[in-house]
Amino acid sequence: MVITGAEIVIRCLQEEKVDYLFGYPGGAVLYIYDELFKQDKVRHVLVRHEQAAIHAADGYARSTEKVGVALVTSGPGATNAVTGIATAFCDSIPMVVISGQVPSAAIGQDAFQEVDTVGITRPCVKHNFLVRDVRDIAETIKKAFYLAKTGRPGPVLVDIPKDITAQKCEFVYPQTVSMRSYSPTVKGHHGQIKKALQLLLEAKRPMVYAGGGVVLGDAADKLTALVRKLGFPCTNTLMGLGGYPATDRQSLGMLGMHGNYEANMGMHYCDVLLAVGARFDDRVIGSPAHFASEPRKIIHIDIDPSSISKRVKVDVPIVGDVGEVLGELLALLDSTAEKPDQESLGGWWKQIDEWRRRDCLKFSQGEGLIKPQYVIQKLWEVTGGDAFVTSDVGQHQMWAAQYYKFDKPRRWVNSGGLGTMGFGLPAAMGVQLAHPGSPVACVTGEGSIQMNIQELSTCKQFRLPIKVILLNNGYLGMVRQWQELFHGNRYSESYMDALPDFSKLAAAYGHVGLRVDKPGDVEGALREAFKQKNDLVFLDFQVDATENVYPMVQGGKGLTDMILSAEDL
Amino acid sequence: MLDAAWLRGLMVIQNTTPMRHVISLLIENESGALSRVSGLFSARGYNIESLTVAPTEDASLSRMTIVTTGSDDVVEQITKHLNKLVEVVKVVDLSESAHIERELMLVKVRATGKDREEVKRMADIFRGRIIDVTDTSYVIELTGNQAKLDSFVGAIEAGLILETVRSGICGVGRGDRVLKV
Repeated sequence: MVITGAEIVIRCLQEEKVDYLFGYPGGAVLYIYDELFKQDKVRHVLVRHEQAAIHAADGYARSTEKVGVALVTSGPGATNAVTGIATAFCDSIPMVVISGQVPSAAIGQDAFQEVDTVGITRPCVKHNFLVRDVRDIAETIKKAFYLAKTGRPGPVLVDIPKDITAQKCEFVYPQTVSMRSYSPTVKGHHGQIKKALQLLLEAKRPMVYAGGGVVLGDAADKLTALVRKLGFPCTNTLMGLGGYPATDRQSLGMLGMHGNYEANMGMHYCDVLLAVGARFDDRVIGSPAHFASEPRKIIHIDIDPSSISKRVKVDVPIVGDVGEVLGELLALLDSTAEKPDQESLGGWWKQIDEWRRRDCLKFSQGEGLIKPQYVIQKLWEVTGGDAFVTSDVGQHQMWAAQYYKFDKPRRWVNSGGLGTMGFGLPAAMGVQLAHPGSPVACVTGEGSIQMNIQELSTCKQFRLPIKVILLNNGYLGMVRQWQELFHGNRYSESYMDALPDFSKLAAAYGHVGLRVDKPGDVEGALREAFKQKNDLVFLDFQVDATENVYPMVQGGKGLTDMILSAEDL
Repeated sequence: MLDAAWLRGLMVIQNTTPMRHVISLLIENESGALSRVSGLFSARGYNIESLTVAPTEDASLSRMTIVTTGSDDVVEQITKHLNKLVEVVKVVDLSESAHIERELMLVKVRATGKDREEVKRMADIFRGRIIDVTDTSYVIELTGNQAKLDSFVGAIEAGLILETVRSGICGVGRGDRVLKV
């Protein structure tokens, strides 16, 4: 069947079972939008800014096991998408972005709305393509989906010149992909896995450190089974929250710059560390030199060889899919009579419990101002710990990560690597579309929400009953916190003056808005909001502006150099 | 935060001595492939001393030779990241074992008066060939490893050199070592 390039694009998306396409039309993608109009299998979600299209596709992907898909036009459409693409790249999110390009003959002529999209996005995509022939569209899109979801996932961009979408050719969607230059390792090396198990069984002070790879690799069940069977403590990174149930006794919670005391201490003083789908990021281990000052054996499971021995030297590297490798570890453990050294393990747990008693996340909610931590704690209670929570970036993000106890994977959606303000609301749109009927909360700040607040309009158009939990402290809180701690209280440009009345703003977009300023009203407001199954409710919580995120490890310091509360200063 | 303590931390991890490495790779012969490689080096702060690239006997593949310096840890990361590029088919670090390196240099020298004879003699000693002759200049073609080309440039009186152009090195493993798909 001979059809146009534009129709091929849509047919490919149908073949890939894409149900939602997030995008914004423009000159270079007019033929594609015309084909979109003529069918009803792929539903298009019209955002109000291309950045939001990418974040929405990203939220969709993070909360499901599917690839997020977005469509933007050339020039500004593509450049607006770049922040979103980089966000997905930093967190290894499977995504396909289709961008329009000026007609082939106009490329390089400084045409209207022309940019070198492939060049601009090259450093922040897993791979990208410029399609030069209509006959290549189908194969390229097939490859794009394959690349996006296999190996270490990531965004793949396909740039298609306008004339190519108007030309015609025979459409055949390839069933398989073979690329001689790309074959990610899935199965781990058996010998290495045996070595790892031996180390784990001999450990006196073991620790499991699980990252986003566990969530992305859908390996949370296997990780949980392994950790429970071994009886070891487990800590999760910001990206790995939900990879191990946070309410479980063996969970030490999040580690890192704003991690729990017991998690950071355990990470530092363990003698055998099992790192799973994590990358020893600077926000996680602080100074590598300080981390290396305590001897320990490290086993590192990761699908990306370049993540291994990058910042920290590893003793037993295992390249492979985390689910596969954990499965093999479990099978080996089942087949051996050996058990971890219970006596040492008992002593280690005693030590951990002692650290736990510091109760590093304690706070007290008095009669006066609402504590931001209190809002998140109540959010967790009101939603029974089972909501999808997206966040923006800053203090509220850390509080959400600390006080919302995620027991399931893919429930926590945040921009961990790039730290993109403006991520939360559009991401929540993708999550809500993927999970209609499930509670979705967007925890945000008055700085972040204004970076993509126009999406309230999209939420109205698509009737997305997201609950926006705004922790409004009138400051760019995390910037203010650093200025307070490291810049002599000089709050340079971190104060938000002239804020809108958010409840009225929400109402102007056709939503329900509510301002909450008394601690006694927090729970009621949250309960009421989540009862509204069809409406977006925007809760503007006026919170204590002086509150800081603790515990805290200063940038570049060692994991054990923690400021536990304001009294430590 | 990029502070001094953090950087010192990095250096503890990567403080083995920087060494020269010759990395050879096969890459899909597609437009943009070269910028993926060069972009990787600049984005991650790796150093490129020279880079040569041309199609192989199989026109769908290009072969690249990259000379870089870095500690073992850095070079390990370089090869891992090169392998990660979707268009890269194979990567080897030639300097891990016996290999041959060759570079081509063209030198245009002023050749007048007594210098004319002297330059020719020098080219002969280095087994260079004079491939262009005018009343006042020669172009000398010289092949060898980097050190040989350096010594030739050093041996010619600096004032006589009008221009030099070097290809960057090509490398191949000795004996049975073959880089092939």
